[in-house]
Amino acid sequence: MKRKTTLSQLVPSESAVVLRVVGGGPVQRRIVDMGMVPGARITVQKFAPLGDPMEIKVKGFNLSLRKSEAAKIEVEVG
Amino acid sequence: MSAAALTVALAGNPNCGKTTLFNNLTGARQKVGNYPGVTVEKREGFCHCRIGEPLRVIDLPGTYSLTAYSEDERVARRYIVRENPDVVANVVDASNLERNLYLTVQLLELERPSVLVLNMTDVADSRGIRVNDKILTDRLGVSVERTVGSRNLGTDELAAALACSVCRPAQPFTLDYGPEVENAIAVLQGRLSANKLEYPARWTAIKLLENDAEIVELVSTLPDGQSMLALAGNLRADLEQATGIDPEMLIANQRYGFVQTLILSAMAADDSDMKTTSDRIDAVLTHRIFGLPIFFGLMWLLFTMVFTFGEYPQTMIEDGFAWLGEFIGATLPDGGLKSLLVEGVIGGVGGVVVFLPNILLLFLGISILEDSGYMARAAFLMDRVMRSAGLHGKSFIPLLLGFGCNVPAIMGARTLDNPRDRLVTILVTPLMSCSARLPVYTVLIAAFFNDAIAGAVLFSIYFLGIVMAIVMAKLFRSVLFPGESEPFVMEMPPYHLPSVRSTLLHMWERAILYLKKAGTIILAVSVLVWFLTNYPGAAPEESYAGIIGHFFEPVLTPLGFDWRIAVSLFAGFTAKEVLVSTLGTIYAIGANGDTAMSLTQALAADPMFSPVTAYALMVFVLLYAPCLPTVAVIRRETNSWKWAGFSVIYPTLLAWVMAYAVVQIGRLIV
Repeated sequence: MKRKTTLSQLVPSESAVVLRVVGGGPVQRRIVDMGMVPGARITVQKFAPLGDPMEIKVKGFNLSLRKSEAAKIEVEVG
Repeated sequence: MSAAALTVALAGNPNCGKTTLFNNLTGARQKVGNYPGVTVEKREGFCHCRIGEPLRVIDLPGTYSLTAYSEDERVARRYIVRENPDVVANVVDASNLERNLYLTVQLLELERPSVLVLNMTDVADSRGIRVNDKILTDRLGVSVERTVGSRNLGTDELAAALACSVCRPAQPFTLDYGPEVENAIAVLQGRLSANKLEYPARWTAIKLLENDAEIVELVSTLPDGQSMLALAGNLRADLEQATGIDPEMLIANQRYGFVQTLILSAMAADDSDMKTTSDRIDAVLTHRIFGLPIFFGLMWLLFTMVFTFGEYPQTMIEDGFAWLGEFIGATLPDGGLKSLLVEGVIGGVGGVVVFLPNILLLFLGISILEDSGYMARAAFLMDRVMRSAGLHGKSFIPLLLGFGCNVPAIMGARTLDNPRDRLVTILVTPLMSCSARLPVYTVLIAAFFNDAIAGAVLFSIYFLGIVMAIVMAKLFRSVLFPGESEPFVMEMPPYHLPSVRSTLLHMWERAILYLKKAGTIILAVSVLVWFLTNYPGAAPEESYAGIIGHFFEPVLTPLGFDWRIAVSLFAGFTAKEVLVSTLGTIYAIGANGDTAMSLTQALAADPMFSPVTAYALMVFVLLYAPCLPTVAVIRRETNSWKWAGFSVIYPTLLAWVMAYAVVQIGRLIV
């Protein structure tokens, strides 16, 4: 059962595959430069104590990003 | 520096251990400056290795990519192209190969001789990651050197390899972007190669397809630039039509695709998704419940270390200079020279040196936080709160330090990577009430407020500073930098023990920079202020400062202040605590007896003052221009007189407006 959603909707320890990054401009480019390319597998580690930003694992390293940025990353779970 | 030395540019990701390698190569023989026209720091040093030629080593800013979006990335690629280093040493974190090689392929496209430095090989080994150097060399056309920066292993071999890498011509490297993109590149490259270009033609063509702002501008200056840009636009549109994806993203994806293929053949790894030691440490340090208390505990430690421990050497320095002043005062005959030496020069030098313990301790703390990897976690924990004030998670540390002293606090803003966040943080940090302002509040509160409300009055002043900082930060963010905020996409580097050597170097370097850059300004202005307050007559009324005070009196009249306050505020510019001693001089209180106590009585007896005026003065002292050392440090940190000037003007206007508001509201209440 595959479902499409955005990274910001995932919960800790959930894992997904990146479909694409939207939004354009420096934010999109920065996210892609960090390895969020289509097909990359990511795992949500945790959310900060105040609920934002979130921390994920991608390509073997840990990355933190705000939910507003994570909302630009379309992923597929399953 | 000998002109014959080979130049090596160190490039690589942040957290790849580049700076440690730089320290290993150059030791303490390094100097820090700025790249022309930007605030990005430029470190260069000299390497006398046992084998081969001496090398001039440049540490480029750490970047993940080479886009035109960030200053660091523009600086790095411009340096490699314009300054033409003999060899680029591309430092790669062997335990994080994929993302690191993404930068590598971009560096190789700049067509400079390169050496690939596989650093942190010990970490990679411990994680079961094995890299095949030969395959990397074959596919990328570069020689590979292995190092462990933290233990200074492989440094000599690296230096030797860099020295002789020049004898071998650079292997051309071409990444295949797939038929659609390659066709577009070929078309543009054909048109471009007729021109004399700064950057390689193929690279420029790729950048045009990526719609890179800097390269678009560069091409528009070419004779047939406009038609080329139009052509690039068409090619971009065609590409998007054919692939359904924005060319910029397409190209980035292809680069990662290439790297992924390369990794499959050149790297073997055990399970990369296993829980690392860092994950286990993070389970505690960024824990949902314990994360913040631990953070505040560490912040308390930092603050205590910088300001409480810093006080002992500070007192010793102050006493030392006081003794020196007395000694010179006792040996020289009275007169202008003695006064210049004792009050101007010694006072000025003392005012510079006295900050050194704070600065050294602060950079000891910051260096440990940064190098250990905790700083990224601090930003992660605090980002939500700081963002609501228009700041970045990392802004918390300079703002907190501001309550101790603004000088080290502003230097602490260097932990912010992005220039906008750094500038906004630097501009609002002085609104945090530093400890030097406390004596002013103490005297005024003792004179005009009874003990029952004294604490509340003092708290309200501190609180006003915080509120103003939030308001101004939001204002600056929206006025100075409208549009999209910077992305908060931050790597959480693995934790590791900071190296003693790097930490000491860092402290030493900051102290020297402070003395050189800020110290000279502080000293010069201190002497100037001494002159203005002592000439033509030594009495406050007769000095230039008095004249200036009288000149500004009309501006301060609406606030209920007269020229005496103007003179004190002016003198307080060298250091805020000087306000009290200046008021003491003006109210003609001798040095014998308890100055603060008798000044309190003198102020209380002065008909000019009421509790409202006193409160307005406190507000003014809280908000007006930061002290001279702070301004000097702002000048140094922003690398701009414009921002230093702005940091004096805006708070002074703000102080006037807020003090006026206090007076008006006070009238209604009282």
